[in-house]
Amino acid sequence: MTHPLASLRKSLACAYPAAASETIALGAPSLDRRLGGGILRAALHEAYAETDADAPAATGFALALARRAMAGAEKPLLWARQEALTSEAGAPYPPGLADIGLDPAAVAFIRVRDAREALQAGAEAGHCATVGATLIELFGEARAYDLTASRRLALAAAAAGAPIFITRVAASPAPSAAASRWLVRAAPSRALGANAPGSAAFEIFLLRRRGGAAGYAWRVEWNRDRGAFEDRTFGASPLSGAVASLPVGGAPGEGAPQTVRRKFG
Amino acid sequence: MTLADARARAPRLAVAQTDGDADERLMLWLAAFCEQFTPLVALDPPCGLMLDATGCAHLFGGEAAMRACVLQAMARLNFTGRVAVAGTPDAARALARFGAESVTPPGEDENVTRPLSIAALEAPRETSVALTRAGLTTLGDLADRSSAALTARFGAETMRRLTRILGREDARITPLRPLPECMVERRFAEPFLDLASIENVLRPLIAEAMGILEKRGEGGRAFEMRFFRTDGAVRALYFETGAPSRNVEALLRLFRLKAESLADPLDPGFGFDVIRFCVLRAEALAQSQIGFERQSAQESELADLIDRLAARFGRERVLRFAAHETHDPMRAAAYVYAAASPSSQPSPWEKPEPGEPPLRPLFLFDPPQPIETMAETPDGPPMHFKWRRVRHMIARAEGPERIAPEWWRDAVGRNRRTRDYYRLEDREGHRFWVFREGLYESETPAPRWFLHGLFA
Repeated sequence: MTHPLASLRKSLACAYPAAASETIALGAPSLDRRLGGGILRAALHEAYAETDADAPAATGFALALARRAMAGAEKPLLWARQEALTSEAGAPYPPGLADIGLDPAAVAFIRVRDAREALQAGAEAGHCATVGATLIELFGEARAYDLTASRRLALAAAAAGAPIFITRVAASPAPSAAASRWLVRAAPSRALGANAPGSAAFEIFLLRRRGGAAGYAWRVEWNRDRGAFEDRTFGASPLSGAVASLPVGGAPGEGAPQTVRRKFG
Repeated sequence: MTLADARARAPRLAVAQTDGDADERLMLWLAAFCEQFTPLVALDPPCGLMLDATGCAHLFGGEAAMRACVLQAMARLNFTGRVAVAGTPDAARALARFGAESVTPPGEDENVTRPLSIAALEAPRETSVALTRAGLTTLGDLADRSSAALTARFGAETMRRLTRILGREDARITPLRPLPECMVERRFAEPFLDLASIENVLRPLIAEAMGILEKRGEGGRAFEMRFFRTDGAVRALYFETGAPSRNVEALLRLFRLKAESLADPLDPGFGFDVIRFCVLRAEALAQSQIGFERQSAQESELADLIDRLAARFGRERVLRFAAHETHDPMRAAAYVYAAASPSSQPSPWEKPEPGEPPLRPLFLFDPPQPIETMAETPDGPPMHFKWRRVRHMIARAEGPERIAPEWWRDAVGRNRRTRDYYRLEDREGHRFWVFREGLYESETPAPRWFLHGLFA
């Protein structure tokens, strides 16, 4: 007979993996240093779109993270998307998926009606060890996605050893069991020749990170050929006209604290 | 008798319109109920059911016992039935309607049906009148005449009927549902009520069916679990797998998911009499030793996941991307059911050129969204455009990428217009894929603009 305390310890160890557990590096050394090597692999991560128009950016960011997570392993991505998003931001287009470095053939896509179904699908997939990563996209203030639901997903991710990403559009950040929470906004790209739009660029704000400092802001570019993020926080292109985002709440002397622009709801 | 006449005789007569549809529904319901006796059940209009008892009677302890069992079940549902067992469907029908309901011993059809009145032929009125006038009152009388003369006088249909009733010619019934590949069932001495322990019943049931399939070297693709309730209601749960399967636990899990997702949950009521598991479709499945091949174990685990998701959300929601070889962006990608995936094939998707930015959007609108644009030159990219009441000031643009319509598809119409696609980025960094429809002046005087996709 196992001691009740032992089993409790075991489940706690499952729920809160040790800090030394495996991470997914983002590929940009400056970010990874701040994140302590990257984001946890067997955990739940959230990406909030700052405005409705940033929905593709949030999904793109999560897909890029999933691509990092799945690099080298021939495992599929399971993608559950709430149907309301299709009228809002369109339907996934496989050639575009290939253009950001994912193999569309290695994606199982589930169209779900509401948040509850999306979470069911995500949990089902999260439990399956053959899935490389799971992406769940929710639209609006989903009541089904509460603390309990997020805890369940976090446990599923921990058990399967693969990350679960949740993107949220038209929702404001709320407490959850996610290991990291990001706010994503589209950022002007570095122009190519003849002022053509370049690779996908995002402004990302780390709102929360379990067991670590949060409140950083970066501007990153997704380099599909390398399959890695690149830090463009200080090297913003001259044409963008936007102020480069600086770490917020970082160590003093690293830059003036900048208020993170947040428009919710 | 007219209605007025009937009312005069019985003043409290309840009158209702004939409802043929309701009658048919009731008969179908009864037919489903009777499937617990034999899988081959057919409707015998207007108010009969034909059960093919071939190879089933011994399960009930002989034909007489089976007949008693059917009668008892009907009585429990408050139906009075007339049940006859005979060698041919027509003989059974004639006996049930016009003769002594009983069990006809094999080969005795003719002797038993000969005394029946010619009404059993159910021939048109003129025919029966003519037969009676000729002094032919029983089927035996008719059977003794030369069939050629009778055929000439009363038609081939009546005579075929006669030979079938007499059992000289056999006819097959057309069952309501095709015979399953394999079928196992559990009958309960007492109605089964305990839904909580239903899996203890289903597991050996499924295992038994899988044993049968294994001997044949097959695996099931489509399955059905049928629950026959004591009160006559029949519930059927249908589920299928993406690949042939003999995995008992996986099938049980599919059943569980299906049962959970029912809008109207499985209710034993006063209990189930019979639970039946059918394999409706089977395909060849070689015996495999999963431990040897990790790759295939992984694939089958994924297939299991797809099956579970499909059982929960429906096949039309669990998808994968299929590529088409075409330059038309709308047709280049399709969504198909995930389980139909040809695994371990090279990816059909084109790898992007290194160094190129994403040329195709991550999300596509179908249909494209109309936008209001302002362009510097008629054939240049827009300076700004308005979409969903928001004005986007364009900071970067690339294009046009001219995509001509596939003229071999649409002879005429809107789809014939050439599209000039532009990749745009607004000042906030949102990236769009827009197109101008129709070549300026040569195809249309006022080209319209559409937003077709969004980049990450």
